[in-house]
Amino acid sequence: MLDADFFRRWMTATAASVDREAERLTALDSPIGDADHGSNLQRGFHAVTAVLEKEAPATPGAVLVLAGRQLISTVGGASGPLYGTLLRRTGKALGEDAEVSEGQFADAFRAGVDAVMALGGAAPGDKTMIDALIPAVDALGDGFGAARAAAEEGALATTPLQARKGRASYLGERSIGHQDPGATSSSLLVAALAEANGE
Amino acid sequence: MSDGELVGIVLVSHSAEVAASVAALAKGLAGGGVDVPVAPAGGTEGGGFGTSSELIAAAAASVDRGVGVAVLTDLGSAVLTVKALLAEGDELPDHTRLVDAPFVEGAIAAVVTASTGADLAAVEAAAAEAYTYRKV
Repeated sequence: MLDADFFRRWMTATAASVDREAERLTALDSPIGDADHGSNLQRGFHAVTAVLEKEAPATPGAVLVLAGRQLISTVGGASGPLYGTLLRRTGKALGEDAEVSEGQFADAFRAGVDAVMALGGAAPGDKTMIDALIPAVDALGDGFGAARAAAEEGALATTPLQARKGRASYLGERSIGHQDPGATSSSLLVAALAEANGE
Repeated sequence: MSDGELVGIVLVSHSAEVAASVAALAKGLAGGGVDVPVAPAGGTEGGGFGTSSELIAAAAASVDRGVGVAVLTDLGSAVLTVKALLAEGDELPDHTRLVDAPFVEGAIAAVVTASTGADLAAVEAAAAEAYTYRKV
Protein backbone atom coordinates (compact mmCIF):
# COMPACT_ATOMS: atom_id res chain seq x y z
CA MET A 1 0.00 0.00 0.00
CA LEU A 2 1.07 3.58 -0.72
CA ASP A 3 0.69 6.27 1.93
CA ALA A 4 1.03 10.07 1.93
CA ASP A 5 4.71 9.69 2.69
CA PHE A 6 5.22 7.69 -0.51
CA PHE A 7 3.62 10.49 -2.55
CA ARG A 8 5.75 13.13 -0.82
CA ARG A 9 8.82 11.04 -1.70
CA TRP A 10 7.56 10.90 -5.31
CA MET A 11 7.38 14.67 -5.48
CA THR A 12 10.78 15.13 -3.78
CA ALA A 13 12.38 12.59 -6.12
CA THR A 14 10.83 14.36 -9.12
CA ALA A 15 12.13 17.72 -7.91
CA ALA A 16 15.64 16.29 -7.46
CA SER A 17 15.52 14.67 -10.90
CA VAL A 18 14.29 17.90 -12.53
CA ASP A 19 17.18 19.71 -10.81
CA ARG A 20 19.69 17.20 -12.18
CA GLU A 21 18.22 17.25 -15.68
CA ALA A 22 17.16 20.91 -15.95
CA GLU A 23 19.93 21.80 -18.37
CA ARG A 24 19.16 18.81 -20.59
CA LEU A 25 15.43 19.65 -20.60
CA THR A 26 16.18 23.23 -21.59
CA ALA A 27 18.63 22.04 -24.26
CA LEU A 28 15.90 19.80 -25.70
CA ASP A 29 13.51 22.77 -25.58
CA SER A 30 15.91 25.10 -27.45
CA PRO A 31 15.55 23.85 -31.03
CA ILE A 32 11.76 23.31 -30.93
CA GLY A 33 10.50 25.33 -27.96
CA ASP A 34 11.36 28.52 -26.12
CA ALA A 35 14.24 27.07 -24.09
CA ASP A 36 12.62 27.39 -20.68
CA HIS A 37 11.26 23.91 -19.93
CA GLY A 38 14.00 22.99 -17.45
CA SER A 39 13.95 26.26 -15.52
CA ASN A 40 10.13 26.41 -15.51
CA LEU A 41 9.79 22.91 -14.07
CA GLN A 42 12.57 23.57 -11.57
CA ARG A 43 10.72 26.61 -10.26
CA GLY A 44 7.47 24.62 -10.09
CA PHE A 45 8.84 21.58 -8.28
CA HIS A 46 10.85 23.68 -5.85
CA ALA A 47 7.55 25.34 -4.93
CA VAL A 48 5.94 21.88 -4.62
CA THR A 49 8.54 20.53 -2.21
CA ALA A 50 8.47 23.76 -0.18
CA VAL A 51 4.70 23.68 0.29
CA LEU A 52 4.66 19.94 1.05
CA GLU A 53 7.24 20.49 3.81
CA LYS A 54 5.18 23.30 5.26
CA GLU A 55 1.70 21.77 5.05
CA ALA A 56 2.37 17.99 5.11
CA PRO A 57 -1.03 16.78 3.85
CA ALA A 58 -2.17 13.53 5.49
CA THR A 59 -3.52 11.59 2.49
CA PRO A 60 -2.11 10.61 -0.93
CA GLY A 61 -4.90 12.52 -2.66
CA ALA A 62 -4.24 15.70 -0.69
CA VAL A 63 -0.50 15.56 -1.43
CA LEU A 64 -1.11 15.42 -5.18
CA VAL A 65 -3.89 18.02 -5.21
CA LEU A 66 -1.68 20.48 -3.32
CA ALA A 67 1.31 19.73 -5.58
CA GLY A 68 -0.79 20.23 -8.70
CA ARG A 69 -2.06 23.55 -7.44
CA GLN A 70 1.48 24.77 -6.86
CA LEU A 71 2.53 23.83 -10.38
CA ILE A 72 -0.41 25.70 -11.94
CA SER A 73 0.43 28.84 -9.98
CA THR A 74 4.22 28.90 -10.24
CA VAL A 75 5.48 27.45 -13.52
CA GLY A 76 4.54 30.26 -15.92
CA GLY A 77 4.56 28.10 -19.06
CA ALA A 78 2.25 25.47 -20.54
CA SER A 79 3.88 22.69 -18.52
CA GLY A 80 2.40 24.27 -15.34
CA PRO A 81 -1.29 23.79 -16.09
CA LEU A 82 -0.56 20.47 -17.83
CA TYR A 83 1.45 18.85 -15.00
CA GLY A 84 -0.73 20.65 -12.45
CA THR A 85 -3.84 19.12 -13.96
CA LEU A 86 -2.18 15.70 -14.14
CA LEU A 87 -1.38 15.68 -10.42
CA ARG A 88 -4.53 17.39 -9.25
CA ARG A 89 -6.86 15.07 -11.16
CA THR A 90 -4.88 12.03 -10.08
CA GLY A 91 -5.13 13.25 -6.48
CA LYS A 92 -8.85 13.89 -6.73
CA ALA A 93 -9.39 10.42 -8.21
CA LEU A 94 -7.55 8.92 -5.21
CA GLY A 95 -10.14 10.40 -2.87
CA GLU A 96 -9.54 10.66 0.87
CA ASP A 97 -8.07 7.25 1.66
CA ALA A 98 -5.06 7.29 3.97
CA GLU A 99 -3.46 4.51 1.91
CA VAL A 100 -4.05 3.41 -1.67
CA SER A 101 -3.11 0.27 -3.58
CA GLU A 102 -0.93 0.32 -6.68
CA GLY A 103 -4.02 -0.63 -8.66
CA GLN A 104 -5.96 2.34 -7.28
CA PHE A 105 -3.05 4.58 -8.17
CA ALA A 106 -2.90 3.18 -11.71
CA ASP A 107 -6.60 3.96 -12.23
CA ALA A 108 -6.25 7.45 -10.75
CA PHE A 109 -3.15 8.22 -12.81
CA ARG A 110 -5.05 7.20 -15.95
CA ALA A 111 -7.79 9.67 -14.98
CA GLY A 112 -5.08 12.33 -14.59
CA VAL A 113 -3.61 11.58 -18.02
CA ASP A 114 -7.10 11.68 -19.55
CA ALA A 115 -7.59 15.14 -18.01
CA VAL A 116 -4.29 16.33 -19.52
CA MET A 117 -5.41 15.08 -22.93
CA ALA A 118 -8.72 16.92 -22.54
CA LEU A 119 -6.97 20.15 -21.45
CA GLY A 120 -4.28 20.23 -24.12
CA GLY A 121 -6.15 18.43 -26.88
CA ALA A 122 -3.16 16.20 -27.64
CA ALA A 123 -3.41 12.59 -28.76
CA PRO A 124 -0.73 9.88 -28.83
CA GLY A 125 1.75 10.56 -31.66
CA ASP A 126 1.47 14.37 -31.44
CA LYS A 127 4.99 14.55 -29.92
CA THR A 128 3.95 15.66 -26.44
CA MET A 129 4.14 14.46 -22.84
CA ILE A 130 1.23 12.15 -23.68
CA ASP A 131 3.64 9.97 -25.68
CA ALA A 132 5.49 9.10 -22.47
CA LEU A 133 2.49 9.09 -20.11
CA ILE A 134 0.20 6.74 -22.03
CA PRO A 135 2.77 3.91 -22.29
CA ALA A 136 3.57 4.44 -18.60
CA VAL A 137 -0.09 4.18 -17.60
CA ASP A 138 -0.48 1.07 -19.74
CA ALA A 139 2.54 -0.54 -18.06
CA LEU A 140 1.65 0.42 -14.47
CA GLY A 141 -0.13 -2.90 -14.00
CA ASP A 142 3.31 -4.55 -14.18
CA GLY A 143 4.80 -2.24 -11.56
CA PHE A 144 6.63 1.07 -11.32
CA GLY A 145 9.80 -0.29 -12.91
CA ALA A 146 7.87 -1.34 -16.01
CA ALA A 147 6.18 2.06 -16.14
CA ARG A 148 9.58 3.79 -15.94
CA ALA A 149 10.94 1.74 -18.85
CA ALA A 150 7.79 2.36 -20.91
CA ALA A 151 7.90 6.11 -20.30
CA GLU A 152 11.59 6.33 -21.26
CA GLU A 153 10.94 4.35 -24.41
CA GLY A 154 7.93 6.55 -25.20
CA ALA A 155 10.00 9.72 -24.77
CA LEU A 156 12.77 8.39 -27.04
CA ALA A 157 10.16 7.43 -29.64
CA THR A 158 9.06 11.08 -29.99
CA THR A 159 12.31 11.95 -31.83
CA PRO A 160 11.17 11.04 -35.38
CA LEU A 161 7.68 12.48 -34.90
CA GLN A 162 6.42 15.81 -36.24
CA ALA A 163 4.92 18.03 -33.53
CA ARG A 164 1.22 18.75 -33.83
CA LYS A 165 0.67 20.66 -30.58
CA GLY A 166 2.21 23.66 -28.89
CA ARG A 167 4.93 25.97 -30.12
CA ALA A 168 6.86 23.15 -31.80
CA SER A 169 3.93 22.52 -34.14
CA TYR A 170 4.64 25.84 -35.88
CA LEU A 171 7.98 24.41 -36.99
CA GLY A 172 6.31 21.68 -39.04
CA GLU A 173 8.88 19.23 -40.42
CA ARG A 174 11.70 21.03 -38.62
CA SER A 175 10.40 19.56 -35.37
CA ILE A 176 11.37 16.09 -36.66
CA GLY A 177 14.61 14.68 -35.23
CA HIS A 178 14.32 16.28 -31.79
CA GLN A 179 13.20 14.42 -28.68
CA ASP A 180 10.19 16.13 -27.12
CA PRO A 181 11.07 17.95 -23.89
CA GLY A 182 7.61 17.38 -22.38
CA ALA A 183 7.75 13.63 -23.00
CA THR A 184 11.25 13.67 -21.49
CA SER A 185 10.17 15.44 -18.30
CA SER A 186 7.19 13.08 -18.08
CA SER A 187 9.57 10.13 -18.14
CA LEU A 188 11.45 11.76 -15.22
CA LEU A 189 8.17 12.04 -13.28
CA VAL A 190 7.41 8.36 -13.87
CA ALA A 191 10.99 7.29 -13.06
CA ALA A 192 10.68 9.15 -9.75
CA LEU A 193 7.73 6.86 -8.89
CA ALA A 194 10.03 3.86 -9.04
CA GLU A 195 12.67 5.76 -7.08
CA ALA A 196 10.15 6.65 -4.36
CA ASN A 197 9.34 2.94 -4.17
CA GLY A 198 13.00 2.05 -3.65
CA GLU A 199 13.39 0.54 -7.14
CA MET B 1 -28.48 44.21 -17.36
CA SER B 2 -31.14 45.64 -15.15
CA ASP B 3 -28.72 46.63 -12.40
CA GLY B 4 -26.58 48.61 -14.83
CA GLU B 5 -23.36 46.77 -14.06
CA LEU B 6 -21.01 45.92 -16.92
CA VAL B 7 -19.39 42.64 -17.86
CA GLY B 8 -15.68 42.62 -16.95
CA ILE B 9 -12.96 41.80 -19.48
CA VAL B 10 -9.59 40.18 -18.70
CA LEU B 11 -6.85 40.13 -21.35
CA VAL B 12 -4.23 37.43 -20.85
CA SER B 13 -1.07 37.60 -22.96
CA HIS B 14 2.44 36.16 -22.69
CA SER B 15 3.64 39.77 -22.65
CA ALA B 16 2.74 42.47 -20.12
CA GLU B 17 3.14 45.13 -22.81
CA VAL B 18 0.85 43.33 -25.26
CA ALA B 19 -1.88 42.83 -22.65
CA ALA B 20 -1.69 46.45 -21.47
CA SER B 21 -1.60 47.84 -25.01
CA VAL B 22 -4.55 45.80 -26.22
CA ALA B 23 -6.51 46.87 -23.14
CA ALA B 24 -5.73 50.53 -23.86
CA LEU B 25 -6.56 50.11 -27.54
CA ALA B 26 -9.88 48.41 -26.85
CA LYS B 27 -10.89 51.00 -24.27
CA GLY B 28 -9.84 53.81 -26.60
CA LEU B 29 -11.88 52.45 -29.48
CA ALA B 30 -14.89 51.76 -27.28
CA GLY B 31 -15.28 55.45 -26.53
CA GLY B 32 -18.67 56.72 -25.46
CA GLY B 33 -17.57 57.72 -21.99
CA VAL B 34 -18.59 54.36 -20.53
CA ASP B 35 -15.84 52.92 -18.36
CA VAL B 36 -15.81 49.18 -19.07
CA PRO B 37 -13.87 47.25 -16.42
CA VAL B 38 -10.89 45.89 -18.37
CA ALA B 39 -7.77 44.43 -16.78
CA PRO B 40 -4.60 43.15 -18.46
CA ALA B 41 -2.83 40.06 -17.09
CA GLY B 42 0.36 39.87 -19.11
CA GLY B 43 3.59 37.98 -18.58
CA THR B 44 4.81 36.34 -15.41
CA GLU B 45 4.86 37.91 -11.98
CA GLY B 46 8.59 38.41 -12.38
CA GLY B 47 8.04 40.50 -15.49
CA GLY B 48 9.11 37.83 -17.99
CA PHE B 49 7.23 36.31 -20.91
CA GLY B 50 4.73 33.67 -19.87
CA THR B 51 1.53 33.29 -17.91
CA SER B 52 0.78 33.94 -14.25
CA SER B 53 -2.26 32.38 -12.62
CA GLU B 54 -1.91 34.92 -9.77
CA LEU B 55 -2.08 37.89 -12.16
CA ILE B 56 -5.07 36.33 -13.95
CA ALA B 57 -6.98 35.70 -10.73
CA ALA B 58 -6.24 39.24 -9.47
CA ALA B 59 -7.28 40.79 -12.80
CA ALA B 60 -10.54 38.81 -12.84
CA ALA B 61 -11.35 39.82 -9.27
CA SER B 62 -10.66 43.48 -10.11
CA VAL B 63 -13.12 43.62 -13.04
CA ASP B 64 -15.88 41.50 -11.49
CA ARG B 65 -19.05 43.57 -11.06
CA GLY B 66 -21.18 40.51 -10.40
CA VAL B 67 -22.53 40.08 -13.93
CA GLY B 68 -19.79 37.98 -15.46
CA VAL B 69 -16.19 38.15 -16.61
CA ALA B 70 -15.00 37.39 -20.15
CA VAL B 71 -11.39 36.22 -20.42
CA LEU B 72 -9.54 36.52 -23.72
CA THR B 73 -6.11 34.95 -24.16
CA ASP B 74 -3.36 34.74 -26.73
CA LEU B 75 -1.91 31.22 -26.93
CA GLY B 76 -0.35 28.18 -25.29
CA SER B 77 0.04 28.50 -21.55
CA ALA B 78 -2.35 31.48 -21.43
CA VAL B 79 -5.18 29.28 -22.72
CA LEU B 80 -4.18 26.27 -20.61
CA THR B 81 -3.76 28.25 -17.39
CA VAL B 82 -7.19 29.89 -17.68
CA LYS B 83 -8.75 26.49 -18.39
CA ALA B 84 -6.97 24.98 -15.39
CA LEU B 85 -8.13 27.85 -13.15
CA LEU B 86 -11.71 27.42 -14.35
CA ALA B 87 -11.45 23.70 -13.55
CA GLU B 88 -10.32 24.56 -10.01
CA GLY B 89 -13.76 26.02 -9.45
CA ASP B 90 -12.98 28.67 -6.85
CA GLU B 91 -10.06 30.60 -8.34
CA LEU B 92 -12.04 32.92 -10.61
CA PRO B 93 -15.29 34.88 -10.00
CA ASP B 94 -18.61 33.15 -10.68
CA HIS B 95 -19.68 33.42 -14.32
CA THR B 96 -16.16 33.71 -15.64
CA ARG B 97 -15.75 32.39 -19.17
CA LEU B 98 -12.81 31.75 -21.43
CA VAL B 99 -13.90 33.32 -24.70
CA ASP B 100 -12.75 31.69 -27.93
CA ALA B 101 -11.76 34.74 -29.97
CA PRO B 102 -8.82 36.40 -31.71
CA PHE B 103 -6.94 38.40 -29.09
CA VAL B 104 -6.88 41.95 -30.47
CA GLU B 105 -10.02 42.00 -32.59
CA GLY B 106 -11.92 39.96 -30.02
CA ALA B 107 -10.89 42.30 -27.21
CA ILE B 108 -12.18 45.34 -29.10
CA ALA B 109 -15.48 43.62 -29.93
CA ALA B 110 -15.85 42.46 -26.33
CA VAL B 111 -15.14 45.87 -24.79
CA VAL B 112 -17.41 47.76 -27.21
CA THR B 113 -20.22 45.27 -26.63
CA ALA B 114 -19.74 45.34 -22.85
CA SER B 115 -19.93 49.16 -22.95
CA THR B 116 -23.55 48.90 -24.16
CA GLY B 117 -24.51 47.01 -21.01
CA ALA B 118 -24.81 43.72 -22.89
CA ASP B 119 -24.72 40.49 -20.88
CA LEU B 120 -21.87 37.95 -20.82
CA ALA B 121 -23.36 35.79 -23.60
CA ALA B 122 -23.60 38.78 -25.93
CA VAL B 123 -20.04 39.89 -25.12
CA GLU B 124 -18.81 36.36 -25.78
CA ALA B 125 -20.72 36.14 -29.08
CA ALA B 126 -19.37 39.49 -30.28
CA ALA B 127 -15.79 38.51 -29.48
CA ALA B 128 -16.12 35.10 -31.13
CA GLU B 129 -17.65 36.71 -34.23
CA ALA B 130 -14.36 38.52 -34.80
CA TYR B 131 -13.03 35.19 -36.14
CA THR B 132 -15.41 35.46 -39.10
CA TYR B 133 -14.03 38.79 -40.30
CA ARG B 134 -11.70 37.83 -43.14
CA LYS B 135 -9.02 40.30 -44.19
CA VAL B 136 -8.36 38.96 -47.66
